[in-house]
Amino acid sequence: MSDNEQVPELIDTIKQALNSKQPLLIQGGDSKSFYGNSISADILSVKQHTGVIDYEPSELYVTARCGTPLREIEAMLAEHNQIFPFEPPSFGDDATLGGTVACGFSGPRRPYASSIRDCVLGTHIINGKGEYLKFGGQVMKNVAGYDVSRAMCGAMGTLGIITQVSLKLIPQPESELTLMLEYKPEQALNIMHQYMQTDFPITATYFENNILYIRAAGIEKTIKKIKQIIGGNELQDSQNFWVSVKEHQREFFNSDLNLWKCNVPVNSPDLAVEGDYVMEWNGGLRWYSTNDGNEKLIAATKSVRGNATLFKSTSKPNDCFTQPTGALKKLHSNLKTAFDPENILNPGRLYSWL
Amino acid sequence: MYSHKGMHTRKDIPTLFYDCLAEAHILAVEEKLRPYECDAYTAYKSLPLAVLLPETLEQVIKIIKRCHQENIPIVTRGAGTGLSGGAHPINNGILLNLSKLNKIHEINPDLQFARVGPGVTNLAISEAAEEYGLYYAPDPSSQIACTIGGNIAENSGGVHCLKYGLTVHNILEITYVSYDGEIITAGSECYENFGYDILSLLNGSEGMLGIVIEAKVRLLPISHNKEVILAAFNSIEDAGHAVASIIANGVIPAGLEMMDKAIIHATEYFCHPGYPLDAEAILLCELDGFEDSLKWEVDRVKYECQLANATLISRAQDKTQQDLFWKGRKAAFPAIGQLTNDYLCMDGTIPRKHLAFVLSEITRFSNEIGLGVANVFHAGDGNLHPLIMYDLNNEGELAKAEELGGKILELCVSVGGTITGEHGVGIEKLNQMCVQFESNELTQFENLKLAFDPARLLNPGKAIPTLQRCAEFGAMHVHHGKLPHPELPRF
Repeated sequence: MSDNEQVPELIDTIKQALNSKQPLLIQGGDSKSFYGNSISADILSVKQHTGVIDYEPSELYVTARCGTPLREIEAMLAEHNQIFPFEPPSFGDDATLGGTVACGFSGPRRPYASSIRDCVLGTHIINGKGEYLKFGGQVMKNVAGYDVSRAMCGAMGTLGIITQVSLKLIPQPESELTLMLEYKPEQALNIMHQYMQTDFPITATYFENNILYIRAAGIEKTIKKIKQIIGGNELQDSQNFWVSVKEHQREFFNSDLNLWKCNVPVNSPDLAVEGDYVMEWNGGLRWYSTNDGNEKLIAATKSVRGNATLFKSTSKPNDCFTQPTGALKKLHSNLKTAFDPENILNPGRLYSWL
Repeated sequence: MYSHKGMHTRKDIPTLFYDCLAEAHILAVEEKLRPYECDAYTAYKSLPLAVLLPETLEQVIKIIKRCHQENIPIVTRGAGTGLSGGAHPINNGILLNLSKLNKIHEINPDLQFARVGPGVTNLAISEAAEEYGLYYAPDPSSQIACTIGGNIAENSGGVHCLKYGLTVHNILEITYVSYDGEIITAGSECYENFGYDILSLLNGSEGMLGIVIEAKVRLLPISHNKEVILAAFNSIEDAGHAVASIIANGVIPAGLEMMDKAIIHATEYFCHPGYPLDAEAILLCELDGFEDSLKWEVDRVKYECQLANATLISRAQDKTQQDLFWKGRKAAFPAIGQLTNDYLCMDGTIPRKHLAFVLSEITRFSNEIGLGVANVFHAGDGNLHPLIMYDLNNEGELAKAEELGGKILELCVSVGGTITGEHGVGIEKLNQMCVQFESNELTQFENLKLAFDPARLLNPGKAIPTLQRCAEFGAMHVHHGKLPHPELPRF
């Protein structure tokens, strides 16, 4: 694995951009340019800022520079039977750790273990003034100062360049299996909600075409017992199946229609939207493949107190994310100014006005 | 201490709030203010201009708007159980006591959350959720009294954090009032939200960003399969090795606590939990989970303790014995309280691998300064609670205790840890913040604060030290020949 420290160069680039008031587009492996608003700005590559700085299996954390490829870190963790609890999707071999954190991406295990945001222990950032700042650390508990590190998660690089990050890890379960059960959507929701009330070691759920897929993980004996309790047919290639879900390799995710990511309360009814959908996360995550317009999707998710993101689109839209309004919108602008007063870092990438 | 340029006096303050809440709920005479002169950080005391006790959200909003108009600083308080002075009153501000906003508005078993007022106590949530087979996971030791508003302010922990997270991991939504009286909601009942992660910033912000008026907290199914193991060791190092190898071998305990000899003895005399008095350290390990997985974990923990030379390994046979094992740990603070007139409770967190070194250094500092220290330790997540014993009546002992405490926290920072794991900075650890953070980081904190509260009305003077203060502290306190915050002028 390469080990390359680039912080001074990155600071220089930001300071030059500040002088010339030239906005920058932060880029790692360029695997997620499809996600979020597209903007035109000079590219600031962080791809060369790489390397694992610290990995202590017995301390359950890893610290690495932002440009380190996600797959390299995951391979290293696997050697020690550890994983990221949030099972991050990568959307490409070049995906980096920094980009994954900036996008705030969590995968199938999210409701049953942690979100990526829950796992952030500390970050080093360079803010829009070119200042190198360290927040949080490598310990699970840390309440010294505001939790800036966690707030970097999902901020799409608009508050600072995440130069390095420390993330919490969990042990890799000894074995896993996936069961397939045929249900109508409402039945599938009921079953998932029923299992939410138990201590079954379920680690993923996915519903597509009237089939509910349930993954359980743990020691061999436990898995066997879960199979008895839940029933259904065992899927042969469990691991590849969940990769195909999280990496959007399944046919559903690759149509010519717009792909919407809708976060809703798990017991929400069907959203009144045209087109096809699949569910993850106990029904709390619903992917819609649809031609319905933005207003309709946003209104439908809002009506159940959810939020919608235009995840993949054939066109290049201006605003992909649910908008904050009123005082919350003002707070977003204030925070952006607090970290990046000259609006140098990824302006417009999260919201067109930010 | 912070002083805010206010024009108000204790005399004229009540009239300002007569249209906000009942006169009986405005306390402004000295004898009524005395009970509020400090929170559970009792080393310092001061009186606010007034204590206001609103009963409704409308009253809270009116009060905040009035304070904004009149430029009166607000310190928010729940049960006053905070250990770092986060709810310490300031002379020129009001103390806003939200303990009367103590309604549980809703328990939603389908979506597994409780919607509660800020004054609801931590334990009351789990009690109300019990009939649905659910509970609220974070369990600070003051859970019988501390409020959820205070838990959010401090991002409180407890003994089950390693597996179930801190407050920040268990809060789904917060509704708060901004410095100028606007109501803002952050978060939702969904697994993911939109925009900046405002919840992350509010949790642990010590009342400096907004005033929480309602929260939705995540509830978890109560685990009926639980085991508690007690293991005794001849040395702290052995116990430390056991902790590291339990975790390295794939077990995430629900709770993993370590106690040193001083605590073992103090608690045994205090409440007789049956701890082995000849041990140098004991570990308490709580495990929960699904049937066979739990059995596997129990065997693994026993095995790792054996490998680490445990002198005794005992699995609680039933609920009564489990409770007895926990009883001693939970009584650690009051037990020490019996041995000493006063104690300071430190809260540093360290990477676990440095445990043996840090504890031996603490013993050295303790001998040098001449004050006793007893150690309880959330071993699973590296959170140390050294209890420094002193007597306030002995002149100079508080200063000595503070010096010892400061040295311990700086030691934690030097091994890659932090000055506070779960108790917050408050007024107690302001100086150590100067050790943990550089000037530009403190400035970034300040700018973040101003994004929420440009008028600096919310809990001024807490949690984030001014650069001026750090410069003065640094002048007394030069580390390794390196002057901290060198860019600042010295006075």
